[in-house]
Amino acid sequence: MLLPWLILLPFIGGLLCWQSERFSRALPRWIAVLSMVLTLLLSLMMWGQGHFSLAMPQGIPQWQSEFILPWIPRFGISFHFALDGLSLLMVVLTAFLGLLSIVCSWNEVDKREGLFHLNLLWIVGGVMGVFLAIDMFLFFFFWEMMLIPMFFLIALWGHKGSDERTRIATAIKFFIYTQVSGLVMLVAIIGLVFVHYRATGVWTFDYNHLIGTKMSSPVAYLLMLGFFVAFAVKMPLIPLHGWLADAHAQSPTAGSVDLAGLLLKTAAYGLLRFVLPFFPHASAEFAPIAMWLGVISIFYGAWLAFSQTDIKRLIAYSSVSHMGFVMVAIYTGSQLAYQGAIVMMIAHGLSAAGLFILCGQLYERIGTRDMREMGGLWGRLRYMPGLSLFFAVASLGMPGTGNFVGEFMMLFGSYKVVPLITIISTFGVVFASVYSLVMIHRAYYGEAKSDAPLAVMSIREFSMILSLVVLLVLLGIFPQGVLETSHAAIANIQHYFMTASSLSITGTSTTGL
Amino acid sequence: MSISIQQLAAFSPLLIVDLSVIVVMLAIAWRRCHKMTAGLSIIGLIAAILSLFFVSGEIPAHLTSLLQVDGFTLFYSGLVLIAGLATCIFGYSWLKEHQDNKDEFYLLVLISTGGAILLACANHIATLFLGIELVSLPLFGLVGYVFQQKPSLEASIKYMLLSAGASAFMLFGMALLYADTGSLSFAGIASGLSQGVAQQPLLLVGIGMLLVGICFKLSLAPFHLWTPDVYQGAPAPVATFLATSSKIAIFAVLVRIFIEAPLIDLPSVKLVLSVIAIASILFGNFMAVSQTNIKRLLGYSSIAHLGYLLIVLVAIKDRQLAIETTGVYLVGYLFASLGSFGAVSLLSSPNRGQDVEEISDYRGLFKRRPLIAVVMSLMMLSLAGIPMTLGFIGKFYVLAVAMQGSLWWLSAAVVVGSAIGLYYYLRVAISVFLPSLNSHVADVVETSGFSTKAGALVLLVSAAVVVILGVYPQPLIDCVLFAKPW
Repeated sequence: MLLPWLILLPFIGGLLCWQSERFSRALPRWIAVLSMVLTLLLSLMMWGQGHFSLAMPQGIPQWQSEFILPWIPRFGISFHFALDGLSLLMVVLTAFLGLLSIVCSWNEVDKREGLFHLNLLWIVGGVMGVFLAIDMFLFFFFWEMMLIPMFFLIALWGHKGSDERTRIATAIKFFIYTQVSGLVMLVAIIGLVFVHYRATGVWTFDYNHLIGTKMSSPVAYLLMLGFFVAFAVKMPLIPLHGWLADAHAQSPTAGSVDLAGLLLKTAAYGLLRFVLPFFPHASAEFAPIAMWLGVISIFYGAWLAFSQTDIKRLIAYSSVSHMGFVMVAIYTGSQLAYQGAIVMMIAHGLSAAGLFILCGQLYERIGTRDMREMGGLWGRLRYMPGLSLFFAVASLGMPGTGNFVGEFMMLFGSYKVVPLITIISTFGVVFASVYSLVMIHRAYYGEAKSDAPLAVMSIREFSMILSLVVLLVLLGIFPQGVLETSHAAIANIQHYFMTASSLSITGTSTTGL
Repeated sequence: MSISIQQLAAFSPLLIVDLSVIVVMLAIAWRRCHKMTAGLSIIGLIAAILSLFFVSGEIPAHLTSLLQVDGFTLFYSGLVLIAGLATCIFGYSWLKEHQDNKDEFYLLVLISTGGAILLACANHIATLFLGIELVSLPLFGLVGYVFQQKPSLEASIKYMLLSAGASAFMLFGMALLYADTGSLSFAGIASGLSQGVAQQPLLLVGIGMLLVGICFKLSLAPFHLWTPDVYQGAPAPVATFLATSSKIAIFAVLVRIFIEAPLIDLPSVKLVLSVIAIASILFGNFMAVSQTNIKRLLGYSSIAHLGYLLIVLVAIKDRQLAIETTGVYLVGYLFASLGSFGAVSLLSSPNRGQDVEEISDYRGLFKRRPLIAVVMSLMMLSLAGIPMTLGFIGKFYVLAVAMQGSLWWLSAAVVVGSAIGLYYYLRVAISVFLPSLNSHVADVVETSGFSTKAGALVLLVSAAVVVILGVYPQPLIDCVLFAKPW
């Protein structure tokens, strides 16, 4: 029964924030922090009580906790939330980054604080919904819903350095990209439901029932593509990445943290949770295309990142590159690679959040994000350059950080299945170190533009960053807790994909790749 | 043919509206009093809405072969009555500062509402024509109500001329249909259609002409050219009425015809309707993108929405789903239109020249009038079909109905249309939150006072309906399931 509260807490908190603006300007912040702390505690409590590591994979969806309430009986739609190891990890990540996004924008917002926090909390609520919903209609509902507050966040509280027209144009671009791909997914969802209805005569949007729906292979392929497009836009996969850099460049720090840390992860989650189990055959058939797109994303994202002058755009493109690795891993069907992808998603969420938060703090101090105007900051700032360096090397996959574990497991797991693609993508890691170090070099080394020392980090700023550092190192040194939690869920997903498609995967790997 | 009391009782919504037309007319003749006229009309409309609940036990009822009352009739009567009621309330606050006669506004709205209810009851081509004319004729007067202003007069004349042309088409089509099938009742035409394959060319021409007339009234592409001009020229409360009541009633009767008669089995009709639907969706959305006037924008958006809805007719084979889609979509469209046009009309006033209708006028609204701003932005999201609003449920239904009928092109058109639609809806939705450009505030219409409160209440109710039914649509679906024409 606690499950819906994970979603309700942010939503209710948001409404309270909005109304509390009347009483005091600071009150919305505290309410927001309080509701996120409660959400985080609740999710951690579920982790503690769930006994996720004890679950034995059985090849069917296994939920540690479930909540169901009829919603639209006419179509067999219900408020069906469920939690397994995979969603739990994502939920904890969401709650943690949600909290960070509120704390990091403590002093950034100077107008309409209530509404700002409403939007911020509703994003978190929407993402929670995406990770917990297993009714396809409900899933889509949250999938689209989380875009609205993001849209307002970019349009109304976006980057202060750019004018309003640019912000709004960017927000609308972001919205159209994601909404249209979402509608394509809605068409695919309805298609899937109709296929199921024609076969059984039962209207249902329930994941547990729709899974294993028999359909002809062209239909499955088309429906799979419908889902894939939506997830590929959010991921984002080249060539559907057009919105990402602009959205990051124009959104406030909190928005960037949510965007990179959470929204991008929903796509990988969606692929794992829905596309592979619903359409195992079609996915296997599609796997080579998806993997090559992933490879292209790795390199193209890295090159784009390298050539940016805006530090935030650089980080944005680096996530394209990182998510490319995840993409390759997801379509290999190897359990090790899947586990690596999970670790990578968490680690990337943490490291990207760290980089974006540091970016925001840097911007507050020097008033620019252009790396050509930086340089020599190492001497003028305490702590911050060192911490930036930490996150930069984390993102290039330095051993000892979670990113290394993730990348290593993904590449290791993929090698057995698709050696050629794996070897090529390994070189992506090299490019990752190039752009990460170039970023540090341009911003912090070199000649200083002025000698005036800049403000030191406050305790709030420092503790935020430090918590991220600790978690990243912890994930790098002791990933076992995460691996055990997601093991059963991952094994089940892999079971669907492999039993149906072991033939075609090995077929492609020996012949083409 | 004798008519029993029970039969008449079943038609009480129509009779009550007609009765209030007479009462209001006499009252105006007796004494011109804005408050009284408005009060009488609103009481009449509320009484008619309440009577719907009592009538629901009497259905189905037939009155000669011309009229019938069933769940379908009651549901759509309810919708047009709500539209009429909202128009009267918006009209009251808008007309308060009108210098000329105010009372005839209500009379015309009541007559038009009566015509719309008649359409919902229609079971016969004669009633269909009568209803359409009863809906349209008062609208000429309403559109030109502030004839002292050039745009209003221009819009009225445009609408009148084109509408008369469309009516002529429709009449000729009806005559051809009669010549071919020998019957004017929907059932008779249906049976004529299933037998008479011999004289098909004539029949097709008849159906085509009928469709031209109806498509004109529904402002579907390529018969939409009047829409933006008329929406822009018409006073805001009238535009509310034009966008909701007349379209809902005419679409309802169109659905009834298509369910009754197997028109969609004719491949040419199916093709034509598909093309019209796609053209309306694309054209309406594309043209709306470049608009800076919110009434024109809403006019183009209504073309697109009717285009989405037309898909229902193409996929009417699955009657159950088609009826549900029509109901759910039209309810969403009704309340979103009431909210958005209502906001425009609450901010406007006739003796300040043109209505507040430039999108840039809406900047800073959130500071000045937070309620109207939030409602406006919410309605735009609903029209765009974003989840958590009723518009999304409607869009979901439309996609479902298109998928059910394997209409891939139409589904694609819905997706593309929604994509373009987002662009302009979001622009309006965001503009109310932006700081205003010029320091002199455009709207200084008084914010207190009973009339604006009543208008604001309507906005609030529309917003509540759109959100609550958007999150929990089951009550609406239950209600629509009751609205069956069989």
